[in-house]
Amino acid sequence: MKKNKTVKRRDRDSVFPVLCLIPSIVGVLIFFIIPFIVIIYYSMVDNPISKDFVFLENYINVLKNNAFKKAALNTFTFSIISVPLAVVLSMLLAMLLDCKIPFVSQFRTSFLCPMMVPVASVVLIWQVIFHYNGALNDFLSNFGADKIDWLKSEMGQIVIVVLFLWKNLGYNMILFLSALNNIPKDVLEVATLEGAGSMYKFFKIKLRYLSPTILFVTVLSLINSFKVFREVYLLTGDYPYDSLYMLQHFMNNTFRNIDYQKLSSAAILMAIVMIIIIGALFIAENKFGEDVEG
Amino acid sequence: MSNSVNAERKKHSLSRTKQKIIMSVLTIFAAAAAIVFLLPTVLTIANSFMSASEINANYGAVFAKTEEGSKVYVSEKINLKFIPDMVSFSQYYTVLFKSPDYLLKFWNSVILVVPIVVFQLATAALAAYGFARLKGRPKEILFFVYIVVMLMPYQVTLVPNYLVSDWLNILDTRWAIILPGIFTPFSVFLLTKIMRRIPPAMIEAAQLDGAGELQIFTYICMPLCKSALYSVAILVFIDYWNMVEQPLILLSDSDLYPLSVFLSQINTGEIGLAFAVATIYMIPALLIFLYGEDYLVEGITYSGGIKG
Repeated sequence: MKKNKTVKRRDRDSVFPVLCLIPSIVGVLIFFIIPFIVIIYYSMVDNPISKDFVFLENYINVLKNNAFKKAALNTFTFSIISVPLAVVLSMLLAMLLDCKIPFVSQFRTSFLCPMMVPVASVVLIWQVIFHYNGALNDFLSNFGADKIDWLKSEMGQIVIVVLFLWKNLGYNMILFLSALNNIPKDVLEVATLEGAGSMYKFFKIKLRYLSPTILFVTVLSLINSFKVFREVYLLTGDYPYDSLYMLQHFMNNTFRNIDYQKLSSAAILMAIVMIIIIGALFIAENKFGEDVEG
Repeated sequence: MSNSVNAERKKHSLSRTKQKIIMSVLTIFAAAAAIVFLLPTVLTIANSFMSASEINANYGAVFAKTEEGSKVYVSEKINLKFIPDMVSFSQYYTVLFKSPDYLLKFWNSVILVVPIVVFQLATAALAAYGFARLKGRPKEILFFVYIVVMLMPYQVTLVPNYLVSDWLNILDTRWAIILPGIFTPFSVFLLTKIMRRIPPAMIEAAQLDGAGELQIFTYICMPLCKSALYSVAILVFIDYWNMVEQPLILLSDSDLYPLSVFLSQINTGEIGLAFAVATIYMIPALLIFLYGEDYLVEGITYSGGIKG
């Protein structure tokens, strides 16, 4: 081949990957980054017309707002219950399917199925089950239990934890299954030969290799736990029972009065909290898993 | 001596039966879990084949209006059934031929989701190639920004989305959902990780043969990532087929609502219809699942590990 032609082409070529990035970068800048910066500005002025700088006043107002406090507390409670459960249960499911039981692929399909079913489609059945006159109370009354209004009482949180797990365990399980497959077989064999019990193997070997996946599943479940609003909204609408009032409800209601100051400071507060939590998880995982990743 | 061998054998067979018992217990446990996971879906589909009167008889206690003075007889108990007394397609008939509203909302879903999936994948495939091929600090910082944006929940990202839609005057139109949807960084992140796995030797060999970046992209990268593109498409599709948050905030005209939001607003008198609509809404997702489960699993596996 002609040499100088290739050289020329190389020069031109390094431009191509940069060109590839442009459409996406422009989109992300326009729809996420630039408005986000504007929001930081909005969160520190007193209103969009006079634009007087008030620094943290809007933040303090949001933090003092009772609806926000309630929504934040509910969302926090929900996440702190459901995320660990989602991690542990999906790990157990993955280990179950890793035990060489029969029908593994059928089981995998059934565990994954809920993630593909639109929330809106199964909401009717959830209503039939959890309604005051519903199937669950009907079933429990056989054992002499009192009727509970599952969706309109403090029990609501339990219901949505169940719905959340139902939908998300399958996805997490697949992540754990592939991580379990990636544990080097010889490490486990050596441990068995040296007389390590299955407890030892689990805690000292498997858990170490699974730690990056545990981190990832935790972050993922945390993000997904904010999406439980879908179930809550479709089941109970704009104004649910107190214990089901989520941050997204708060945002929806704030959008209705288009209070930019409140909206932007609430959004930024949430962004900061997310960054802190995820950052902390990363640091924890780095400390815990460093000898495996090398 | 033979005694001890016998004892050994006995012990061995004992541990074997023990193992068998453990295995069957585990299998039963898995089967029970599988039933719980499948039940709601199966029930929804089964109920869609019941006639309106059967639905009312079964679920009247749940869905009937509680206003005093309504004289409709409602049974006190609900009756959760798998098999309809009589298989009836009447609900489907009504949905498909008599109430165009539902079909319209279904179409709303399609017209929102399809462009998002297609264009998100197209821009993401390009961007991922850029990220995978470039090196250096600016690229790393940029990729980190993408990850941070990806990790933000809707409560955070919808505020910027709303603001931009307001500036561009597209609020209350489909564009307000489609455009931010196209540029959501999720598939850029996933595809970049997949493209990084292409062996550098392969690309170098192509370069020695005189292939430029464009050829490498079209003839090496894209064919190798074909199955990954399907996987990502499935994940993006299911996320948007399920959307609730965006339409509620970005669309105030409920005529534009996708079925995923509209389904919950069906009034209680039409509950039988709702089951049929719910089933129809599941069908595209379930078909994709049936035919693409392996791609889906592959896609999920790729997504594992943020650092990758």
